[in-house]
Amino acid sequence: MSLYALLLATAEAGHEDISQTPSWIWPEGYEIAFGGLASVIVFGLLFWKAGPVVKKGMQARTDRIQKDLDGAAAALSSAAAEAADIRQAKGDIESERSRLLADADMTAAQVLRDGRARIEAEVIEVEAKAADDLVQLESRSGDELRGEIARLSAEVSDRLVVDQLDSATHNDLIESFIAKVGASK
Amino acid sequence: MSSDRIDGYARALFEIARAEGTLDEVEDELFRFARSLEGSDALRNALTDEQVPAARRQAIVEDLLGGKTTPTTTQLISLVVGSGRGRDLPAIIDRLVQRASSSKQLEVAEVRTAVALTADQQTRLAAALANATGKQVNVKVIVDPAVLGGVVATVGDTVIDGSVRTRLEQLKARL
Repeated sequence: MSLYALLLATAEAGHEDISQTPSWIWPEGYEIAFGGLASVIVFGLLFWKAGPVVKKGMQARTDRIQKDLDGAAAALSSAAAEAADIRQAKGDIESERSRLLADADMTAAQVLRDGRARIEAEVIEVEAKAADDLVQLESRSGDELRGEIARLSAEVSDRLVVDQLDSATHNDLIESFIAKVGASK
Repeated sequence: MSSDRIDGYARALFEIARAEGTLDEVEDELFRFARSLEGSDALRNALTDEQVPAARRQAIVEDLLGGKTTPTTTQLISLVVGSGRGRDLPAIIDRLVQRASSSKQLEVAEVRTAVALTADQQTRLAAALANATGKQVNVKVIVDPAVLGGVVATVGDTVIDGSVRTRLEQLKARL
C-alpha cells in the first residue's frame, strides 16, 4: 500500500465527517505527517542554504570578538607596560625628591651657618661701633656743653656790657681810644 | 657802573659843592647820607627801584632831606637819584670825599662809634690819628650802634679797632 492510500484509508476509517476534527487539540494524522515532512524539508533547505551564511556570520562574529579580545589583551599589556613606566618614573621622582631634599637640607644648613657667622660678625661690629659712638657722644656732649656754656656766657657778657654802657662809659671809652691812638706812633 | 662814570659823577658833585662854597658841609652831609643808604635796605630799594618814576624818587629824597641838610646836598642827591644812579650813590660819594680830602692834602679817616663825637673829640681824634698814621686826616664819623662802645677808625688800609664789639668777640672766641 502506497503512502497516499494509507493516509486516505486512515482518514476514511477514522472520520466519516471530514468537516469535523477528531480532537480539539491534535490535528489529523496526515496533517502531522505532511507538516512534519514539510518542516523537515524546510529545515533541511534552511540548513543547506542559510547554514553557511549563518556559520560565516558566526565565524565573523567570533573573529571580531577574538579581535576585540586580542585588542583588549594588547591594551592590557600596554597599560601594564605604562604602569611599569609610571612606577619607574615614580621611583625616579622619589629618588629625585630625596636628592633635592638632601640638597635643600645641606643648603639650609650652610645658609644657617653663614647667617650665624655673619650675624655674629655684625654683632661684634655693632658693639664696637656702639662703643665708639658712646665715646664720641660723650666727647661731643662735653664739647656741646662747653659750647653752650660759652654761648650763654657770651650772651650774658653782651647783656652785662651793654647794660653797663652809659653815657659816661661811652665817653671814657672814646677818650681812652683817643689817648691810646695819640700815644702810639 | 664803571669806575670812570663814578669818577665823573664824583668830580661833578665836587665841583658844584666847591662852586657853591659849601664843600665841607656838603661833603659831610653826603658822607652821612651814603652810610644811611648802606644801612637801610628800604631806603636803598626806594631810591634804586627803576619801576619807581624818577620824579617820585626825587620827591622821596626831598621829603627825607628837605630842611635837614643844605639845599646843595639835597639837590645833588636828587640829581644822582633822578638820573638812575642811586645804586652807585655811596661809591660816588666816597669818591667825592676822597677827592675833597685829597684837595686838602688829607686822608679820609672813617670813624665808627656807638654815640656821636663832640667837635672837640673829633679834633683831638684827628690829631691822634694823624700822629698814629703820619698823615693828616679828614675825620668822617659814622654813628653805628653795632660798635656797642669805643671807636673803630679806618685810615686807608689801616684799621685801629678799639670797639667793645671786637673785645666781646675776642672774649667769645676765647670762651
